Amino acid sequence: MEPVVCENLTKRYGSVVAVQDLDLTVRAGEVYGFLGPNGAGKTTTLRMLLGLIRPTAGEVLVNGLPPGAGLAGVGALIEGPAFYPYLSGRDNLRVFARYGGTAAARVDLVLDLVDLAGRGGDKYATYSLGMKQRLGVAAALLKDPRLLILDEPTNGLDPAGMADMRSLIRRLGAAGCTVLLSSHLLGEVEQICDRVGIISRGRLVTESTVADLRGTAGLRVVASPLEEAAQLARALVGAASVSVDGPALDLSVAPDRAAEINAKLVTAGVAVSEIRPHERDLEEVFFQMTSDEEGSSHVEQLRG
Amino acid sequence: MWNSFVAESYKLVRRPATWLLLAIAVVLALLFTYVIPYAGYAGGTGGPRADLGLAALLPAKLVGNSIGGLPVFLGALMVILGVLTVGGEYGWGTWKTVLTQGPSRLSVFGGKLAALALATLGGVVVLFAVGAAASAIVAAVENAPADWPSILDLAAGIGAGWLIAFMWAAFGGALAVLLRGVALPIGLGLVWLLAVQNLLALLAAPLLDWVAQLQKGLPGPNAGSLAAALGSASDTPGVQGLVGGGQAALVLSGYLVGFCALAAAALRRRDIL
Repeated sequence: MEPVVCENLTKRYGSVVAVQDLDLTVRAGEVYGFLGPNGAGKTTTLRMLLGLIRPTAGEVLVNGLPPGAGLAGVGALIEGPAFYPYLSGRDNLRVFARYGGTAAARVDLVLDLVDLAGRGGDKYATYSLGMKQRLGVAAALLKDPRLLILDEPTNGLDPAGMADMRSLIRRLGAAGCTVLLSSHLLGEVEQICDRVGIISRGRLVTESTVADLRGTAGLRVVASPLEEAAQLARALVGAASVSVDGPALDLSVAPDRAAEINAKLVTAGVAVSEIRPHERDLEEVFFQMTSDEEGSSHVEQLRG
Repeated sequence: MWNSFVAESYKLVRRPATWLLLAIAVVLALLFTYVIPYAGYAGGTGGPRADLGLAALLPAKLVGNSIGGLPVFLGALMVILGVLTVGGEYGWGTWKTVLTQGPSRLSVFGGKLAALALATLGGVVVLFAVGAAASAIVAAVENAPADWPSILDLAAGIGAGWLIAFMWAAFGGALAVLLRGVALPIGLGLVWLLAVQNLLALLAAPLLDWVAQLQKGLPGPNAGSLAAALGSASDTPGVQGLVGGGQAALVLSGYLVGFCALAAAALRRRDIL
């Protein structure tokens, strides 16, 4: 049984379509990256998974049950942390543990996991943004979840905190916890996730592994004169496998052909200043997937 | 629902605003029921309750004195308590944190109502306790007879006070759910309780017969009628015997159930944004 299955999921607010005909499946044990720019519909989708908002149409199953009913082994942090300011971090977690019927002994354990054990007795109102975010993740971990849904978990964290959070998510994933991670940070998703779904304007544009999205590795060649290098490369590997990208050539060939191509170019009098294996990063993929509808403005957001 | 009730009770006990409201309720009740009337009596000045004199301050009047403030000014504090208990989740955005722990919306709301029921009962018992202490002191100082109400009268008084207080708290809770917040529900709740009810009673009802009849079905006048039936002085704001005590208790119970059901239905149906 897949932990999360959405079929034709749609949410409309009047004439505004927040999510449309979304099909999404998260497999057991994987870290799934739900990627998209701000306002793409990520949080709306996650709220529907958790039963916080009702879909206008479509079906959602979490652990095989309708939203809200299958939350026994599910932990979630949705759109930033929210706690009671007059209680300490520890007391907040005790309250939420009680709501979920979770043993109070888990409270100190999860505080330790997010490195807040030393500040657990301080009032939540005195926490920094990063500490609040970590407490939010701690609350999501209270139930020792088998499915963890995290919406932008590194928001507000400093670089060290972000690295710690990614490390924690990787550890949870390695321990068999299924993680659905929403983010607008491409690097974050690329580092942590096994599979990625890209959402744009409420629609799932693509869903694949990070490796498949990047595609087969090729070669990137910086040479002069470029046009002559391009003509030689086309003759060597076929015109369809050569594209010019600014001051460089991208060749869709196996990277182990680097020495052969370099020798041919140099022998023909072309000066080669760089030749190296080249993979597309997710930024390029995202741009390609969404450029028809949205242009490059979202890519600027995604660079975070 | 038990887990939600325990969690809600813990939050209520640990929340400073809860104790502030109780402290204000105690101070207001003591000040306007005992301290100021006793000062007037001791100084021999006239006033609204001067004709009642010392008798109005003695233990025999404990029941009426203790619940007399609930139809209006103590009721306003109960509305605030209800709004804070339910509306705080909207203000802090904590509904999502609560609900993602797994409890259903209705069990959380049921826990809130149960905690509010306990808190309002506790508040009414405290009002009776401080009233008892104040009246005992007055009786001792004045060498007046300390004729305490019977246990049955005390139980009926505490029950009636709790019904009024819980009804107002549920009114506040319903406003909080319907308006999804804290500030506006408190504002509108207080406007209804302190302004609209008084305008209806003092201006509209004497002029229009249908308003006078309508009053008999509204929560405030029924709260005042129940208090009056149990001995609250009729010169206390909001206390007026428009209907009998039994009918008033029935109407208030209806409002209590109605406010709870309305809020539960809205909370269950609406998206948590």
